Amino acid sequence: MARQMLMDNVYLTYIPSEKFKTAFFSAQMVMPLEKDTAGRNALLVNVLSRGTLRFPDMQALSAHLDRLYGARLEPTVRKKGENQVFGFVASCVDERFLPEGERLLEPMADLLGELFLSPATRNGRLRGDYVDSERAKLADLIRSDINDKRLYAARRLLEEMCAGEPYGLSRLGIAKEVERISLQRLNSHYQAILPAARLELFYCGAAPEKRVAGAFTRAFAALPRQGAVEPAATTRRPAPEQCRVVEEIMDVSQGKLGIGFRTDSRDMAATMVMNSMFGGTSNSKLFLNVREKLSLCYYAGSTYHRAKGLVTVASGIEPANYDRAVTEIMAQLEALKEGRWEEWEFQGAKSSLRNSLLSMEDSAGAMEDYAMGQAAVGGDESIPLLLETVAAVTPERVQEAAACLKSDTIYFLKGKEA
Amino acid sequence: METREYPRLGENVSRHTLANGLEVIVVHKPYHAKRYAFFATRYGGMDMRYRQDGQWRDTPAGIAHYLEHKMFDTPQGNALQELARNGAVENAFTSGSMTAYYFESTEHFYENLRILLDFVSVPWFTEESVAKEQGIIAQEIRMTEDDPEWRVYANLMECLYRESPVKVPVAGTVESIQQITPQVLYDCHRAFYTPGNMVLVCVGDVEMEKVAAIAEEILPAERGEDIPRDYGREEDPVPCCKEKELAMEVSMPQFLGGYKCRPCGGGEELLRRSIIGDMACDVLFGDSSPLYARLYEAGEINGSLGGNFDIMPGASYLYVGGDARDPRKVFDAITAEARRLAQEGIGEEFYQQIRRAGYGQSIRSLNSFENIAVSLGEGHFRGFDYYRFPEIFDSVTKADVEAFLREEITEEHAALSVIWPASDGTEEGAQRP
Repeated sequence: MARQMLMDNVYLTYIPSEKFKTAFFSAQMVMPLEKDTAGRNALLVNVLSRGTLRFPDMQALSAHLDRLYGARLEPTVRKKGENQVFGFVASCVDERFLPEGERLLEPMADLLGELFLSPATRNGRLRGDYVDSERAKLADLIRSDINDKRLYAARRLLEEMCAGEPYGLSRLGIAKEVERISLQRLNSHYQAILPAARLELFYCGAAPEKRVAGAFTRAFAALPRQGAVEPAATTRRPAPEQCRVVEEIMDVSQGKLGIGFRTDSRDMAATMVMNSMFGGTSNSKLFLNVREKLSLCYYAGSTYHRAKGLVTVASGIEPANYDRAVTEIMAQLEALKEGRWEEWEFQGAKSSLRNSLLSMEDSAGAMEDYAMGQAAVGGDESIPLLLETVAAVTPERVQEAAACLKSDTIYFLKGKEA
Repeated sequence: METREYPRLGENVSRHTLANGLEVIVVHKPYHAKRYAFFATRYGGMDMRYRQDGQWRDTPAGIAHYLEHKMFDTPQGNALQELARNGAVENAFTSGSMTAYYFESTEHFYENLRILLDFVSVPWFTEESVAKEQGIIAQEIRMTEDDPEWRVYANLMECLYRESPVKVPVAGTVESIQQITPQVLYDCHRAFYTPGNMVLVCVGDVEMEKVAAIAEEILPAERGEDIPRDYGREEDPVPCCKEKELAMEVSMPQFLGGYKCRPCGGGEELLRRSIIGDMACDVLFGDSSPLYARLYEAGEINGSLGGNFDIMPGASYLYVGGDARDPRKVFDAITAEARRLAQEGIGEEFYQQIRRAGYGQSIRSLNSFENIAVSLGEGHFRGFDYYRFPEIFDSVTKADVEAFLREEITEEHAALSVIWPASDGTEEGAQRP
């Protein structure tokens, strides 16, 4: 993996690989995640995805992608640390598998450039009809997060726990605020961020670096560069003295339990191993005890939010089992703090982390996501380096990492009383 | 053993049928760190009635899926944990016609393969462990009850089919799974988990000789009895109910419309039929279709519109759905577009564009080891070589797709399932028009 600066505040990550059937592209802006701009950035990407000067509507754009052998183009908006990463990911069949030896790299890079630099316009402004339609769709999409109760509960836990911190914001912004974004406001926002935002480009495929860098440089040659805005560093806060409990009632048959912990440990590798032992795999304490031993749930697991220093636990339970589930989850964490585990739990956790890190190199999408995360939080940890630091973690360091977890918020989504 | 190059796909595959009837397929991928093994039986949620030892047996809905959960239990403990200790990521799924167990790992591959073959072929159930699983699966079923995508699909299947087991939820119901006992599980395992009824697919930097030797050592020497199954009478392609509705806590209406198609036999014809069905989806409501653009621009749909063509034993159907403020209007527009395309024909240029895109899509799907294994495994069970898709693709014509639209995608075959937002919601948002 190599990262180079192509232009002022524009970087290209290049990964050579012949093992995929497709070449993978990405062009992403990185901006601090803020309440006022989150919705605007998300809306902007969706409006830009509607068409360019050359391909001014969806049908023309899709037809172009079809002719590039079913190339894929997708607007994306992600939260990485306390930054918002938004833009496009694209992929196309590798040129080796094309019947007539056509070139796809240059057309793909050109298209990405045009999406940012030459959107479909009317009277020199973004098209009002596109803004109206994407605004309504984005608001619908934000509201639709109640459809998947598992994701909804995960988001609500972070929103409650990190109220007032950028990390508590949703990556797409708030529906009501999105609905208030005018065409004029979106236009001026577009004009303001285009020269200022960090731009991260990414390529993984069989083409040589020079050709890739050349294609992107040409495609983005017209990008104005002025008043650079750097990505935000992530903030950390301590947990409150008393763990907060938030309950919400909805018409559901299964309750969703979320518990958020904060950690002030700087030992990231040990926290990764600890999280894996706690609830990261089907070999973990939460899976084996809350699910397998007590049959309280179908799923129980934990996630380590590395950049922010949080660990969240999620489980779907019968509402009547709330107390038993919370008690059991906390008891499992105590066991980790006290070093009560068997050797295979420790070795299994390390081995599962090693496996997932090694497997990342078998997926272009996973490498892109990792690269964008590193770029957004200013990290320069390569996967091989991470592998080494995880291998060096000792049982004592796992215990210390567990002792750093302080419960912050419990969120429970439960059904209406029968 | 036979090894074959597929130059159009850049793939290399070895196949070997063991003396006990097990089909072993190795897809060679020397440059990947991860290695993948997929062990599947031709037995799924639809196989509820079958003949064994000379008599027909009826088993409860959800039995294949329950069995899948319980297979991980071993006399020593649990195979999930054994695999996880070696850093393998393992899982299993049950579909209407298949149960599959698989893992991927970057280390200890052959050791993990032994564990996989061992736990899937040796059943171990106790009254206690079977009873314990009821709580876990009941929670899994409860979770699907809150999932609008699952509910909208289940209701569509209720509309489309009168009796076919294709409409029975693979996991069964909280009630049906209570009838499951260790003895029923042992019977089903003996019937369907036989080498002759199974396939093993490995993908990655893997050697056929080693895989075959391990399989021969661990699996039974006998191929097992051929088990006839009963999927009920073949149904005519007319739904038994035109529409079903349900209210849930969702932000806007969701729909799934379906067209009940004529069943399709096996062999290469099935692969061809499935390519035609997929192309029909693309032409009709794919991202680059005129109808999609029209509905999207009018705000009738959002990016969630999509669908597929499925072929199951004794049943096949095309479905399309997503979010829409007025589902009936969108679904009627799709049916009308099918009629128009069938009458006026598909434009030649548009057809060539869709063809190119479809071909690229099939190549793209080979990035996923899981897709590869499922496609090749299913191909084995249904009598075709999935990797021949470029050749089959070449043989499909515009007239084939037009005929499919004319004969299958009609008002007569159509049924619609809708989830409306629960009306007592205080949030603003879509209400029923």
